[in-house]
Amino acid sequence: MELARLWRSKKQRYTLQGEVCPNCQAKIFPPRDVCPVCKEEARTEFTFSGRGKVVAFTTVTQPPHGYEGQAPYVVALIELEEGPRLTAQLTDLGQEEPYIGMPVEMVTRKLRAVEGKRGILVYGYKFRPRLPWR
Amino acid sequence: MTAKILRPQREVGIVGYGAYVPRYRLPAREINRVWHGSMGGLPVQEKAVAGPDEDTFTMGLEAARNALARAAISPEELRAVWVGSESHPYAVKPTGTLLADALGAAPSVQAGDWEFACKAGTEAMVAAMGLVGSGMADYALVVGADTAQGRPGDALEYTAASGAAAFILGPAENALARILASYSYVTDTPDFWRREGEKYPSHGQRFTGEPAYFHHILQAGRTLLEALDMTPEDFTYAVFHQPNTKFPQRVARMLGFSQEQIAAGLLVPRIGNTYSASAMIGLTAILDVAQPGDRIFMVSFGSGAGSDAFALEVTEALLERRDNAPHTEDYIARRTEIDYGLYVRYRAKLAE
Repeated sequence: MELARLWRSKKQRYTLQGEVCPNCQAKIFPPRDVCPVCKEEARTEFTFSGRGKVVAFTTVTQPPHGYEGQAPYVVALIELEEGPRLTAQLTDLGQEEPYIGMPVEMVTRKLRAVEGKRGILVYGYKFRPRLPWR
Repeated sequence: MTAKILRPQREVGIVGYGAYVPRYRLPAREINRVWHGSMGGLPVQEKAVAGPDEDTFTMGLEAARNALARAAISPEELRAVWVGSESHPYAVKPTGTLLADALGAAPSVQAGDWEFACKAGTEAMVAAMGLVGSGMADYALVVGADTAQGRPGDALEYTAASGAAAFILGPAENALARILASYSYVTDTPDFWRREGEKYPSHGQRFTGEPAYFHHILQAGRTLLEALDMTPEDFTYAVFHQPNTKFPQRVARMLGFSQEQIAAGLLVPRIGNTYSASAMIGLTAILDVAQPGDRIFMVSFGSGAGSDAFALEVTEALLERRDNAPHTEDYIARRTEIDYGLYVRYRAKLAE
């Protein structure tokens, strides 16, 4: 059951693949095949740039099942450059403190393992402080 | 003599390259403090340590995305996604499948994992030369990536580091650097190994230097130079496998290369030995600063043992495309020092 769900969502998890509405051009994430803005059918694939900024964040100290080894970690509400908002872990913070408006970029990371050492590894998007480069 | 070297019918080059170095650094003096009472010499200043959510796939993916940005091709044009590593996330399930799908190169693609200690990535590079050079494919991606395992307290713990490098090979007319030729030298040598099911590798003590690292790199390097009728003076840069700071400096001298020629690619003092990425990531740092017409000499080394030697020549296209992705030094500059305790947690040294 979980394997099938993970397999179906791999594109959105690995590469932030969503949809763009052919009617009103709204960018949609996660993909839902119907435009949340104009309610028209929207099945055109669109891959997001991965750039965004932190809108809100919190530190998780009591993690849910499957994330026990990771606490404390920061979960943020992120607004992508193209518009949609999503929640994701922040990673590679080092000694940086997250803040509202922090520029971040998507990276694909190991989210957790299903059933400990024997199960499949789940990879997906997290966000990190934007790497400074020219 | 010339029959030994590899030169494809269709000329091949590197059309895109990319690197990845994780954020965390463990200073060698910190390992020395914990295990040796802060006495004795240090083989490097510090090593790059992957975060707890990083592995060969995630690091290889970022390096490969950087390589695609520089190649300026679409991922569907890749006909091979080959990953060289000795720390694949799965014992059975190819990292190549994850990488091919995450990049958008799947499904019409070769994908698989290569293993040859620290030269798994350059072994895949030679195979990619064949695939592209035969005309069967236009583009092939090769990745060298590792989260190297060092047993706590072992000498290798100072240097066993994490990082990734990726190269997209393609037709020379679209290359940032043309591959003039390659030559590989392989023997059965008991210098370093890890048995099935073992978490940490073992090494054959005195076998690691002369009969392994130096013999294979010298043989591969000298044979290629002779076959091309070239000397070290014909090259602007050289890069060798970097298990510590001294070995590549010494092997460069023995082959006749100067310390200036290897400076740009000698990353080991600041990031450690990234195993399958080691020589390749040195090459990415050289490509970040090289000029058209510069020649580059690269020799990898993998325990077991073998070396792949390459001669490359930089083209004009490098200047147009190298700023399409972060430079290797941008990753090295992003640095957060950690202590031994955090290192133990990040690399799951206690969790067994």
